[in-house]
Amino acid sequence: MTSGAESGTAVSLQVSGLAYAYPDGTQALFGVDLTITRGERVALLGPNGAGKTTLVMHLNGILTAGHGTVEVAGLPVRSDTLREIRRRVGLVFQDPDDQLFMPTVREDVAFGPANLGLRGAELDRRVRDALDRVGMLEAMDRPPHHLSFGQRRRVAVATVLAMEPEILVLDEPSSNLDPASRRELAEILRNLDVTVLMVTHDLPYALELCERSLILSEGVIAADGPTRSLLADDELLAAHRLELPYGFAPSAHPR
Amino acid sequence: MSAGHHHALYVPGDTPVHRLPPQCKLIAALGFAVAVVATPREAWGAFAVDALLLAVVAVVARIPPGMVLRRMVIEVPFVLFAVAIPFIGLGERVEVLGVSLSLPGLWAAWNILAKATLGVVASILLAATTEPRAMLLGAERLRLPSLLVQIAMFMLRYMSVILDQARRMRIARESRGFVARDIRQAPVLARSAGALFIRSYERGERVHLAMLSRGYTGQMPAVHDLPASGRQWGAAAVLPVLALTTALIARSLA
Ligand SMILES: Nc1ncnc2c1ncn2[C@@H]1O[C@H](COP(=O)(O)OP(=O)(O)O)[C@@H](O)[C@H]1O
Ligand SMILES: [Mg+2]
Repeated sequence: MTSGAESGTAVSLQVSGLAYAYPDGTQALFGVDLTITRGERVALLGPNGAGKTTLVMHLNGILTAGHGTVEVAGLPVRSDTLREIRRRVGLVFQDPDDQLFMPTVREDVAFGPANLGLRGAELDRRVRDALDRVGMLEAMDRPPHHLSFGQRRRVAVATVLAMEPEILVLDEPSSNLDPASRRELAEILRNLDVTVLMVTHDLPYALELCERSLILSEGVIAADGPTRSLLADDELLAAHRLELPYGFAPSAHPR
Repeated sequence: MSAGHHHALYVPGDTPVHRLPPQCKLIAALGFAVAVVATPREAWGAFAVDALLLAVVAVVARIPPGMVLRRMVIEVPFVLFAVAIPFIGLGERVEVLGVSLSLPGLWAAWNILAKATLGVVASILLAATTEPRAMLLGAERLRLPSLLVQIAMFMLRYMSVILDQARRMRIARESRGFVARDIRQAPVLARSAGALFIRSYERGERVHLAMLSRGYTGQMPAVHDLPASGRQWGAAAVLPVLALTTALIARSLA
């Protein structure tokens, strides 16, 4: 934000006209446009198969756009910017067992910052700091497979926080969590001061954590607005195969 | 997985052997094995000295002898093979309890048994005093090809995940009435194994993506400093040097 080129509110993530087809011909994205400003927490809602994961994989260049562009804090995702892009975009995968691949929690959290060139005391500080932010400092020397699922998900968040990302992107963060772990993770996410894009079909979770929501449906952004008003629109939800849990009324849940 | 924090082979402890840097212990075990192999098979005394050296290491490391014996079962295939040789071997024969045995066969069997036993016990002691993770760091430190070390590291991390998946698949099979009774069920098991392989492969792809996402470029970042002092190398060298000296004396006497 010190750069003079950025005026007004800084943009964390800008996606324009993004289209993508898998090599087998499945067209997953048909032209996605979205803008997220720094400090926002935004939910990306959509039914299974809507293209959410495909979109997320474009944000740090794992998949590269067929058409359109992705920019992170002004830097376009291209093969020559990948290194910096992957530092700026912290991706938390759906299955923590995919994300935690090192033999101990400490080494896992250190993996990202070490790839950025950090060593010694500075690296150690990053690791402790990230684990502390998700309340997992005491698990530092344990192997990931000895942690509970909820703890593993928190450590997975720490692995990307350690890279001090511009934006944190979480794919289905509440899936497979019991109610207590779900609430603990919500508290952690709410208290982080980073930009968050949270992909989910857990509508109450979106309402709880995100002021603003986007609906991705059949490869395009079908709606963009305050979470509360999107969730109050029964027709909109039904049109995109989104459902609130039985008996859940958004109006009854003040923030 | 509730078996605690440590790997099954590792025996937690804080003895001088446990404290040695892993790379020193790896080299010591390797050197010992080389010395044992270089010992002439007729040198009974030399093997006795080697066995005594290992016994001293076990005592210093406080590894119970019973545990070492139990773990030696992995040697059973060698033993069976060795036992067969004197019967099928050619050459000069001797009568033992009325059974005719091949003399060169007996020597060959003894050679295999003695050397394999010493090598296996040395490996058991190494594994019992070095955490698997430390072993890998030691291997890295010794500049073993980093690809091999990474593969071993992922095996260490994902073995339990894959075994868990295999167990869930077995439970799913059995809760639908499947019983593996004889060879006719083999196709079902083969398909299960295939599915397990595919799932593991897909997991590998996802893990690779996760690694790329955090800046992986093909090399594990070397963050560990595992310094070994001259004294530690010296301490670790005692075992292989004594074994090698024994082998050399045995050779010069032979
Ligand atoms: N590797 C792949 N190859 C081909 N098609 C895929 C692949 N991954 C996903 N798809 C298809 O792309 C579409 C979007 O998938 P995805 O992004 O995973 O959806 P979501 O995460 O919203 O459930 C789906 O129709 C899915 O079948
Ligand atoms: Mg998905």
